[in-house]
Amino acid sequence: MKGGAYERVKKARAGSRPTGLDYISNIFDGFLELHGDRCFGDDGAVVGGIAEIDGVPVTVIATEKGHSARERAARCFGAPHPEGYRKALRLMKQAEKFGRPVICFVDTSGAYCGVEAEERGQGRAIAENLMEMSTLCVPVISVITGEGGSGGALALAAGDRVWMLSGAVYSVISPEGCASILWKDQAKAADAAESLRLTAEDAAALGIVERILPEDGIGKTEFYGRIRELLSEEIRLLSNEPDLLGQRYERFRRIAAAAIKEKS
Amino acid sequence: MALIKFLKPKNRLEEGGRSSAPVQGDEGEPEKKCPNCRRSVPVSRLWADGMVCSCGYHFRMKARQRIGLTADRGSFHELFAGVRAGDPLSFPGYEAKAEMARLASGEDESVVCGTAEIGSQKCCLFVMEPYFMMGSMGSAAGRKIASLFEYAVRRRMPVVGFAVSGGARMQEGLLSLMQMAAVSAAVKRHSDAGLLYIAVLTDPTTGGVTASFAMEADITLAEPGASIGFAGARVVEQTTKKALPKGFQRAESVLEHGFVDAIVSRGEQRDVLARLLRLHGGRDAV
Repeated sequence: MKGGAYERVKKARAGSRPTGLDYISNIFDGFLELHGDRCFGDDGAVVGGIAEIDGVPVTVIATEKGHSARERAARCFGAPHPEGYRKALRLMKQAEKFGRPVICFVDTSGAYCGVEAEERGQGRAIAENLMEMSTLCVPVISVITGEGGSGGALALAAGDRVWMLSGAVYSVISPEGCASILWKDQAKAADAAESLRLTAEDAAALGIVERILPEDGIGKTEFYGRIRELLSEEIRLLSNEPDLLGQRYERFRRIAAAAIKEKS
Repeated sequence: MALIKFLKPKNRLEEGGRSSAPVQGDEGEPEKKCPNCRRSVPVSRLWADGMVCSCGYHFRMKARQRIGLTADRGSFHELFAGVRAGDPLSFPGYEAKAEMARLASGEDESVVCGTAEIGSQKCCLFVMEPYFMMGSMGSAAGRKIASLFEYAVRRRMPVVGFAVSGGARMQEGLLSLMQMAAVSAAVKRHSDAGLLYIAVLTDPTTGGVTASFAMEADITLAEPGASIGFAGARVVEQTTKKALPKGFQRAESVLEHGFVDAIVSRGEQRDVLARLLRLHGGRDAV
């Protein structure tokens, strides 16, 4: 299946896929959007707020790519600035205070790459999310719905469960970036995509995602209904987990174990 | 060390097709050209001056050399020395590249961890190795650093860490990415235990390392002129197609924007670290 991985990447990036707000409005009831990071501004590439799922209040956060050309440009094609990550963290802390589980939908090529984003501390913003999410005292479930672009995606996916749609991809670097750094040739992106092991099946085999959500009927009522049922059930399970933070810590700790050698 | 001289790692790496490999076996060269003042400086003098040119330019330095400069003589005891990366994805060329990196750096991985005394103050110390795949973080480096923070929690010790890294290691894919979360969680436990973590950011500190433990310290120091950022400057320039502001991502500009506490030149680091450790209830070594 040579070349298959890069086709999957292109498919995951397709503008026809549902965006973050589509998932929120079709899976949850009564979403109330909350804006702003209380430091600098409101990043349209990240939306968040409070909603209900089967009568349970939850905090929902999603990257949002937008549908129309104008909306996509205004939302930076779903690539968050530091204020997007800070808004997400603010809402997660709020969720923790009021005992609400957190659900994140992730579809981003990565953290926004630009002078201002760097100057306002893109690295620090992601780092802070990773640190704080590791001890957030409420269940955190993330679903990668399209592109899971490196640290910019991980900053919304460092929780108890990470699920992927069957057509989604998740990677440490874009195949184009990888090819250009390693082989000085963007045209080798297809080879890079193959080598990076970035499909949902790969991520599951590496122990990085717990569940693959089949995406037949994507965007249809039944499709969202299936996700709602699974999320609702998982929230119930995690809410009764006595050692939530210990399990979360071990989740990331054990992922690397298989990849390491001890020199004798 | 003698072996490394004869292998001329720079040239062998270039044969592998990577001309920009950040590998220079400085033991083999009589002098280095300073990119700042453009003078040629004898390497012997650079070694004596902690790899700092008389104009103030800070050259990159190997992890062990930095440990020698920072820790009290004979106080460093290495931990987790045998941990090294496998090739979990069977990534093309990774095993050969890692082997070259081992020859070029003399290290098994891109970070050296242990305990040390700095000005008689006990601490856990990690130092990243620029000559091992530009300090990139894969599973082994991540595991070593996370383990050091766990060790420090058990023994209630502060951690001092020197960062130098191109970011997460591509060749281990998602497994590298997950190290950002794993190490961050370990830093958080250490922090929640009321223990001190001081990071020193050196040239370059970028990518997944900036977006995790390099930016999670209680006190963040930087070396003069160090390039510190998430996306690399070249990538930002190519993506935005605009000229970068002067001094973009340099330590001095990062200080201005509020993301480091102080810039400390290499010659002063030992004293500053010892003072900070003492101010936070550090125990004198006995």
